[in-house]
Amino acid sequence: MMDFLTNDLLQLSDSAVRNAIPLLLACLAGLYSERAGIFDIGLEGKMLVAAFAAGAFSAIAGMPIADGGWDMGAWSVWIGLGAAIIASTVFSMIHAFASITLRGNQLISGVAINFFAAGITVLIGQYWFRMGGQTPQLRAGQRFEPITLPFADSLKDVPVIGDIYFKLISGHNIIVYMGFAIVALTWWVLYRTRFGLRMRAVGENPGAVDTAGISVVKLRYSALIITGILCGLAGAYLSLGTAAAGFGKDMTAGRGFIALAALIFAKWKPISAMWATLLFGMLEAIGNKYQTVDLGFVVLPGQFMQALPYILTVVILAGFVGKAIPPKAGGEPYVKER
Amino acid sequence: MNKNLPKWVDLGLIPVLTLLLAFAVSGLVVLSIGQDPIEVVKVMLNGAFNPYGIGHTLYFTTNFIFTGLAVAVAFHAKLFNIGGEGQAGIAGVGVALVMLSYDWPHWSIALLVGTIAAMAFGAAWAAIPAYLQAKRGSHIVITTIMFNLIGSALIGYLVVGPMQGEGSQPQSERFPSSASLPDFHEIFGWFGLEFAKHAPANISFFIALIAAVLVWILIWKTRLGYEMRAFGHSEKAAVYAGISPLKITMIAMLVSGALSGLMAVNTVQGDAERLLLGSVEGAGFIGIAVALMGRSHPVGVLLAAFLFGILTQGGAELQFELGIPAQMITVIQALIIMFTGSLENLVRIPMERLFIRAGKGATS
Repeated sequence: MMDFLTNDLLQLSDSAVRNAIPLLLACLAGLYSERAGIFDIGLEGKMLVAAFAAGAFSAIAGMPIADGGWDMGAWSVWIGLGAAIIASTVFSMIHAFASITLRGNQLISGVAINFFAAGITVLIGQYWFRMGGQTPQLRAGQRFEPITLPFADSLKDVPVIGDIYFKLISGHNIIVYMGFAIVALTWWVLYRTRFGLRMRAVGENPGAVDTAGISVVKLRYSALIITGILCGLAGAYLSLGTAAAGFGKDMTAGRGFIALAALIFAKWKPISAMWATLLFGMLEAIGNKYQTVDLGFVVLPGQFMQALPYILTVVILAGFVGKAIPPKAGGEPYVKER
Repeated sequence: MNKNLPKWVDLGLIPVLTLLLAFAVSGLVVLSIGQDPIEVVKVMLNGAFNPYGIGHTLYFTTNFIFTGLAVAVAFHAKLFNIGGEGQAGIAGVGVALVMLSYDWPHWSIALLVGTIAAMAFGAAWAAIPAYLQAKRGSHIVITTIMFNLIGSALIGYLVVGPMQGEGSQPQSERFPSSASLPDFHEIFGWFGLEFAKHAPANISFFIALIAAVLVWILIWKTRLGYEMRAFGHSEKAAVYAGISPLKITMIAMLVSGALSGLMAVNTVQGDAERLLLGSVEGAGFIGIAVALMGRSHPVGVLLAAFLFGILTQGGAELQFELGIPAQMITVIQALIIMFTGSLENLVRIPMERLFIRAGKGATS
């Protein structure tokens, strides 16, 4: 039993954290958007295009000049991250232009962005690298490496606490720690700043915000810029911060939608979003570790374990785990009264 | 939508202009991957219309008529069914189950049974998201996407598990030959006409045309269709008029799922003659573009489905001739959804200004 706790459980929790990070960042991205009253089912597409930009630019930046690269060594990974954020934010601005300025259908815009991302990443990837839509395998300096936290090595022999510190808390890459920092930051922005108050108000009652002389359009655009940046981080994590070490087509695999479900589950709150995405991360970890699960009376096949996060998403959306009330003005374009 | 615009502008000019915009941007994408747009169009048109290619074009068109009608019916009740992919996939399971269970005496009976199975399984896969939307307010867009993913895992399990045929391939046993449907070569032959052999277009194409007529009757000529449109227009007013949201949501989604499901008659029974992995190939999603472009009207859906049939078959040729990945079609599809769906006001607002000004000029 003790062995299970110290080994299997720690290992599972460790992969749960790794799996949760892209979900968490995408979930927080969606939080800014939806709190400001803009539905965003295009999180998936933004993550995907960010993952591609990160993988492609990190690879190019790290290549020797002779091979057409930029020979930037250890800076490559940061070039990749920057490219991911820019690409994702550009997509977010297209969504903003369609939904805020043109007052178009936000769901349709999101769907279009998802398809566009799925197609364009493979097209350009094939044109640049000729690897069937994949980007080259990333080497050291082109991806985010695990960070060993202070004292982790000296504490690792201390029972329980040392194990947890060494195996679970230490040894992740920088985006993982950024993800958790952004949870705290988001909480602070949302509940302790003027911008956060106004953003929450614009998602509930844009008319009142407008009456107070504050620009609804400007607020919503700002929120969607943040959404773009966070989806950029989420996507960059997938290609630069996981064992994939590069971009593969459709590598987001529905994570953008699971993040939306987690957002609903978390009732649009940042701290709850962290717990919700950790839960999904844990499910994914269990599915990966135990390919088939023998319950005694029935053996669950691997495909069932893979579908488990999707099934849980439906269960959560069905409201069997508490009623979720979305921001009131969500999905409705704001038309200024004249 | 707008009373100030003449009908020909609203239903003719604006869709054409938005489509041209989408194609123009697609052309830019082609340029950006180092290809010549003119050459690309030539290859696509030749690929789609040569005697052999047309059989593929019409085969794809058949799929898109079904999925386009499915999305259109749901749109009328203001429901966004993005689950065509899963519904068509599960319908394929249904078709395979009945075809493998019995050696049907004649293809017409096999067609009838296959049609019923496809509709029933497609509708069933749409039923849970519909119920959750109506009863629990769960967002149908996300639940149908989840059902696509769950469906694909389920099919993945079936073709390597209980339904796997002989050999190690992830596919079911081949259907008995009595289940095989007449293809265009055979049908044209009945009338003494020529059509290329071995093209996948089959009798399902005519079922798609019949489905389009039935959808037109349902939406515009029946009380139920009226209720669906009323509900789609204003849920509050519809409820006030005694229309049950649960009933309309369920019926619209069941019809929509059944229509998506019919696609399996074309693909699983008509072409592959076995259950395969990933036989839907994105047709469920293309239905969204088809419905948007076709303004959710059966005639528009037929035209848009044919356009996407050309694009899909021509796109396959692009890969073959110029080495452009098949994802080119996904990009064009995305741009069409974007420009005819969410960015439509880019064209509509200037048009309104233009025609309102012209209208005022004429009256004053």
